[in-house]
Amino acid sequence: MAAEREKLVLIGNGMAGVGTIEQILKLGGAYDITVFGSEPHPNYNRIMLSYVLEGSKTIEDIILNDLGWYEDNHITLHTGTTVTRIDEQNKVILTDNGLAVPYDKAIIATGSNSFILPVPGSTKDGVVGFRDIADCDAMLAAAKQYRTAAVIGGGLLGLEAAKGLVNLGMDVTVVHLLEDLMERQLDRTASSMLQAELTRQGVKFAMGKQTVELTGEERVTGLRFSDGSVLPAEFVVMAVGIKPNVQLAKDSGITVNRGIVVDDYMQTSMADVYSVGECTEHRGTCYGLVAPLFEQGMVLAKHLSGVQTPGYEGSVVATKLKISGVDVFSAGEFTETPEHTVISAKDEWKRTYKKILLKDNVIVGAVLFGDVTESANLQKLVKNSTEMTNEIYDEVMGTSCCGGGGAKKGMSVEAMADEEIVCGCNGVTKKAIVDAVTENGFTTVDEIKACTGATRSCGGCKPVVEQILQFVLGDSFQQSAKQGICSCTSLSRDEIVAEITAKGLRTTKEVMHVLDWKQAEGCSKCRPAVNYYLGMIYPDTHEDEKESRFVNERMSANIQKDGTYTVIPRMYGGVTTPEDLKRIADVSLKYDVKVVKVTGGQRLDLIGVKKEDVPKVWEELDMPSGYGYAKSLRTVKTCVGSQFCRFGTQDSMGMGAMLERKYERLDMPAKFKMAVNGCPRNCAESCTKDIGIVGNDGGWEVFIGGNGGIKPRIADAFCKVKTDEELVEVCSAVIQYYRETGNYLERTSEWVERMGLEQIQTVVMGNDDNRKELAARIDFALAQVSDPWRKMLDDKNTRTALFEETQV
Amino acid sequence: MERSNREYTIGAVEDFMLQIGRVVHAGEVELAIFRTSNGAVYAVRNHSPHPKGGPLAEGIVSGYYLYDPLHDWKIDLRTGEVQAPDRGQAEVYPVTVEGGVVKVTLPAAVTTLN
Repeated sequence: MAAEREKLVLIGNGMAGVGTIEQILKLGGAYDITVFGSEPHPNYNRIMLSYVLEGSKTIEDIILNDLGWYEDNHITLHTGTTVTRIDEQNKVILTDNGLAVPYDKAIIATGSNSFILPVPGSTKDGVVGFRDIADCDAMLAAAKQYRTAAVIGGGLLGLEAAKGLVNLGMDVTVVHLLEDLMERQLDRTASSMLQAELTRQGVKFAMGKQTVELTGEERVTGLRFSDGSVLPAEFVVMAVGIKPNVQLAKDSGITVNRGIVVDDYMQTSMADVYSVGECTEHRGTCYGLVAPLFEQGMVLAKHLSGVQTPGYEGSVVATKLKISGVDVFSAGEFTETPEHTVISAKDEWKRTYKKILLKDNVIVGAVLFGDVTESANLQKLVKNSTEMTNEIYDEVMGTSCCGGGGAKKGMSVEAMADEEIVCGCNGVTKKAIVDAVTENGFTTVDEIKACTGATRSCGGCKPVVEQILQFVLGDSFQQSAKQGICSCTSLSRDEIVAEITAKGLRTTKEVMHVLDWKQAEGCSKCRPAVNYYLGMIYPDTHEDEKESRFVNERMSANIQKDGTYTVIPRMYGGVTTPEDLKRIADVSLKYDVKVVKVTGGQRLDLIGVKKEDVPKVWEELDMPSGYGYAKSLRTVKTCVGSQFCRFGTQDSMGMGAMLERKYERLDMPAKFKMAVNGCPRNCAESCTKDIGIVGNDGGWEVFIGGNGGIKPRIADAFCKVKTDEELVEVCSAVIQYYRETGNYLERTSEWVERMGLEQIQTVVMGNDDNRKELAARIDFALAQVSDPWRKMLDDKNTRTALFEETQV
Repeated sequence: MERSNREYTIGAVEDFMLQIGRVVHAGEVELAIFRTSNGAVYAVRNHSPHPKGGPLAEGIVSGYYLYDPLHDWKIDLRTGEVQAPDRGQAEVYPVTVEGGVVKVTLPAAVTTLN
């Protein structure tokens, strides 16, 4: 090894500290690095804990740096180890398990702890904060055992905790000292809208209540308030605030007010000891949000790496509530005083609220509820103390007419400082994004995401990342928009389909060779797409290429993250029989299925089948594949309909099962879902399906282009028909038109918007011959399909190659 | 302690379909074996270098590149190197094909550690 490097010790394995280390590594700072963490986990994204509680992410999902990262960067990590003192004289860090580690430079990033109210009973069992994975685990465990919970604190964290516990099935009351929720971020209007929305989602509230005691013996049984009233609760979460964790600094003789006092270069009162994050106090302020951590970390990293940098000057903080379906945002000042000019818009029907505060015509704060699309933009405007103009007004209030937005947005991105954090979750700066684009020639947000991590977590910064991309690429952004279906070709989907037909190309290999693909055998994007187009064009002769299929389609089952598979048998129209249920149960037991779950489309998911068992499960189920993995018809959801329902006017179960049998197995550009309702009560939710059908007294209504997924869209009314035969013909024509014109992976919701509803109506409904031809083409294609499970069972060689493992 | 590399015979060339990966357990090590369209055979540990891991055998093969089935990382089967914009290294092992028989050599460190 070369000359000995300086020893850098980081105390605290959280986001602030490790973020700093990441920056130092990027800047090439030459240190031997040691990290101490008191939690037994590698570094994780604390602000995502709310999603873990909510159930939309797992702990694994929120790990930022796994143990491999520490190894790869030659960082010594001590987890489950608490530092007890910094010995300034001997320049040694001392720990609770007797380690003494020398340092040249040290960073304290011990974060903060939950503030536990000093009331009698607060140490009883069943009382926790909401701060770390252990708290999260305690909450998950409590929900299994108890029913009633109270969350003390109606701030950001309290509300996220409450919603999480409601999702876990608990009866939850939020106790708040004041009359307004999130009073430090929201004005009264937004606060009351928020309370109404959360009430609708099942959270109860006890407002204006001061907790004076937690009752119970060993374990908590309830809260007593200052007005004498009581609230029973078997579990209590304290979310009234955080307390900077300054014990170590204090014990080591470092100056501490509320937090560890630092200067603009994050230097504490002790030589060579720095501090970042929630444990610090900078110019009198302790921050409890994520953006400041990264801004502080950036300054410190540069300072320690010998890179010139201006000092840290404090942060403008913005807030985003992390509850799915509740969009709240605030930045800067939000309470109006006589010196503010207030721009506001409240829409009680759409349940949105927008308020922007100006002081001397400068944008100083904003509150958004319901629609937060302008949040990133407003945060920036507040941060830069931007003066309000007509253009900005139009942009942020959504009053501008369409078009012309690009240049303007480019301008605001241009004005953004290099060091400004664009992605708060992962601490990615504007400069990092600009560098990623200029150095690697990226043209898409996905590439930037893969390289820098921006937009990888909550996705709130995606609009800004797009604007930066557009700004950096300038004119070439337009060109890149015209690029081909992937980086292997400059041809568009329509051009490829036209060339295949014109030149009679037959295999993906031929297509790529003749059309001069840059990567001879394509990539994971174009190979499946071209394979689909070939199958669509030559339904009878194209030989499906297993090697060009995504794993799920190739294996005819859904891969899970641990490499096991999910098997879903068909249940036409969502109807099964006791005999089939029994067989499903028997097979599930025999092959040790981990979970049997009802899918969103009324089917049974058998989750966690070992790869080599998958064919055996198919064989013993002896049922058709449910295509839970496919870019084709997934399910036809139905209500009970006229067979049993007292309101039913049409036989939805019968029609649903018939349609599912008719269209199953046929490849489509993307997954495809249908629903059939027996009456306009719409119990099978046809408004969010690719084709939704609603029965009425005189026939059927057809809706198309609905989606309940990532980009929800309510289906458009397409037509009304009188007979079952007409209904089937319309469905056939719509599906075939979509098959022939849809881009690979394009859902009908996007397809309808791209093509225009009227265009589809004209093609399908405007001309009887057209419709009949489309229907005939789909019938021809449908005549070629067969069940993939059966086919695989009959093809020993392929089955062996795909599913069986060899031991040597 | 003396350690040596260990060679495993993992099957005949025809056992491996073109561009379709297959899992082979060599001793304690789980390998993903790929045969590219030009007939060359490559061996990779069946574990993605992506932080969340997962298998590799079910990926899409293009030339001598593999697209990770769970995370779509592009991996060079010859070197194991993950292609930009991602970074990482899959573990690859030398393969020889003689007389239609495929053999993989695992280094001593791998056979003993695993």
